[in-house]
Amino acid sequence: MTNPYLPLEARIVERVQESPSIFTLRLQLTDEAARNTYRFDAGQFNMVYVHGAGEVPISIVSDPRDPHLLDHTIRKVGRVTSALADLEAGDRVGLRGPFGRGWPLERSRGRDVAIVTGGLGCAPVVAVINYILMRREHFGRLTVIQGVKHAEELIWRERYAYWQSLPDVQVLLSADHGGPLWPWHVGRVTEVFEDAHLRPGSVAMICGPEIMMQIAARQLAARGIAEDDIWVSMERNMQCAVGHCGHCQFGPDFVCRQGPVFPYPRIKPLFSVKGF
Amino acid sequence: MLNKTNGNQDQPALFLPRASLQRLLDALRAAGWRCHGPTVRDGAILYGPISRADELPRGVHADQAPGSYRVRESDSPRQFAWANGPQALKPLLFAPRETLWRAKRAPDGALRFEESAQQTQRIALIGARACDLAALALQDKHFLQGRFRDPYYARRREALFIVAVNCSHPADTCFCASTGDGPRATSGFDIALSELDDGFVAEAAAERGRAILDGLALAPASRAQLAQAAAESERAARMQKRTLPSRNLRDALFRNLDHPRWSDVAQRCLSCGNCTSVCPTCFCHAENEVPALDGVESAHAREWDSCFTRGHSYLAGFTVRPDTRTRYRQWLTHKLGSWHDQFGRSGCTGCGRCIAWCPVGIDITEEAAAICAEDA
Repeated sequence: MTNPYLPLEARIVERVQESPSIFTLRLQLTDEAARNTYRFDAGQFNMVYVHGAGEVPISIVSDPRDPHLLDHTIRKVGRVTSALADLEAGDRVGLRGPFGRGWPLERSRGRDVAIVTGGLGCAPVVAVINYILMRREHFGRLTVIQGVKHAEELIWRERYAYWQSLPDVQVLLSADHGGPLWPWHVGRVTEVFEDAHLRPGSVAMICGPEIMMQIAARQLAARGIAEDDIWVSMERNMQCAVGHCGHCQFGPDFVCRQGPVFPYPRIKPLFSVKGF
Repeated sequence: MLNKTNGNQDQPALFLPRASLQRLLDALRAAGWRCHGPTVRDGAILYGPISRADELPRGVHADQAPGSYRVRESDSPRQFAWANGPQALKPLLFAPRETLWRAKRAPDGALRFEESAQQTQRIALIGARACDLAALALQDKHFLQGRFRDPYYARRREALFIVAVNCSHPADTCFCASTGDGPRATSGFDIALSELDDGFVAEAAAERGRAILDGLALAPASRAQLAQAAAESERAARMQKRTLPSRNLRDALFRNLDHPRWSDVAQRCLSCGNCTSVCPTCFCHAENEVPALDGVESAHAREWDSCFTRGHSYLAGFTVRPDTRTRYRQWLTHKLGSWHDQFGRSGCTGCGRCIAWCPVGIDITEEAAAICAEDA
């Protein structure tokens, strides 16, 4: 009988410091057989384990085309992520996964895609942007909308400038507090929705703080995107990742199992109710 | 292993004289099972290892009321004349605390993960009630029948033999008749007994239960004994004062998320988590890391958790449910509401433990009725 709780050993192939508090670990399973059977979808997550500290759920942000190297972009916030931040290339961690349901990329083929994100540069949706740009002919127009509090919080700034230079890509950034080198909008991210070229039939994928996702989903729906085509990435306390421990429940769903990416209508009834 | 019928229609119910109860225990032990049964410990009826039938709580009753549980003795010859104590079958299978695996770090930094070695005891549990068998079916569904199977629970489950004893003395807090889960056990057991003054009507539901009863060479139960057993079950149903509406309360609960009663109950609730500990269906657990001081070995353990704790809904810097109102609401809307989505039925089997063991006597049937009243 396989044990869904037991991690496999993985090696840190590379560590990149993305910002003072954000870093990326590139992981590789050390067992060859496990490495060769491992597959994942964009938007799925792994449980990453640090010896003596514990496990945390982290989205896989690298391309599913290469399931041998698994990038995890992590913000140092708690006990386990702080321990992860101290690790270096060559160190070993534990890894279980992949878990959950990812982004609806197959469903989105041939259609325009709007990506909406907020907070400190949401790594899971950057993976989606990369995925789409690597398979440009399979998708229509790409609109990227992102809001941050302070201009200096945006990581991977050069990528946004590059994306904006590409045909059929619109990038709309917004910071509540700009700065001398901030060429984008200053104000609420919801204000830049006015400038988005969204055509009916688009698919929208949202990731970020819940209040921002609620507003974004309503704005997108008001701009003619069908609610069934709006997808939201939810975050809840996850400890087991297999739907047993009960912490990540959101109404009827276990976020680790039915999520983390949900169709908006599924979560809409409880989305704006505090306490679920 | 466990079939759904109440006894075997082809095989008549048997009569086990009280003086022969020891023979049942001996037969179970001879077949490789260690017997666990009800005993009085720490002022409550708790399950524990037993080897002699006279260790069973003769003439012991349990008086229960909101926030109260008291053991009382009488001169009754009966040994199962009590309503459930704080434990269900849950602690036997879903361990309150256990190590799942250990991570060992070699001098070169390599990590090795080892599943924790466990000795699984073959246990025959004597005295399971219908409400707890219904709860067991729900825990089985949760831990065994989803996409991921819990190997720790599974090993203990496979090693459990169940002797149900139909409940004839429900407590004031019981309401299994209204949830449809008791007082008579209809499935999920190997052997079911109905206690009479001078012995037990015995039925086997599974092959291995039948094998045990066959070995005892018992006489068939008389018509009068069968009638008496049935009458006791009916009486036990009639005695119950509390009820939970048998309809699906999901929509009513989720339509009333702003009901003032949530704040009202939060004024009384201590958020202690007793209800979730004694609940036979609550499955929440936390995973904790226990590193050894040598820096080499680290144990990954799990223990029961409760949606009434602050940590339960904590994530990266904020707590989804910071107050008692939202925690009690989470518990009740899950137990009686979203449980229907997850398991196809309510998560309450009417055992009443959360009422008796609540230090302030909050009554789930009363709260549910108040919140869903206008939605009836």
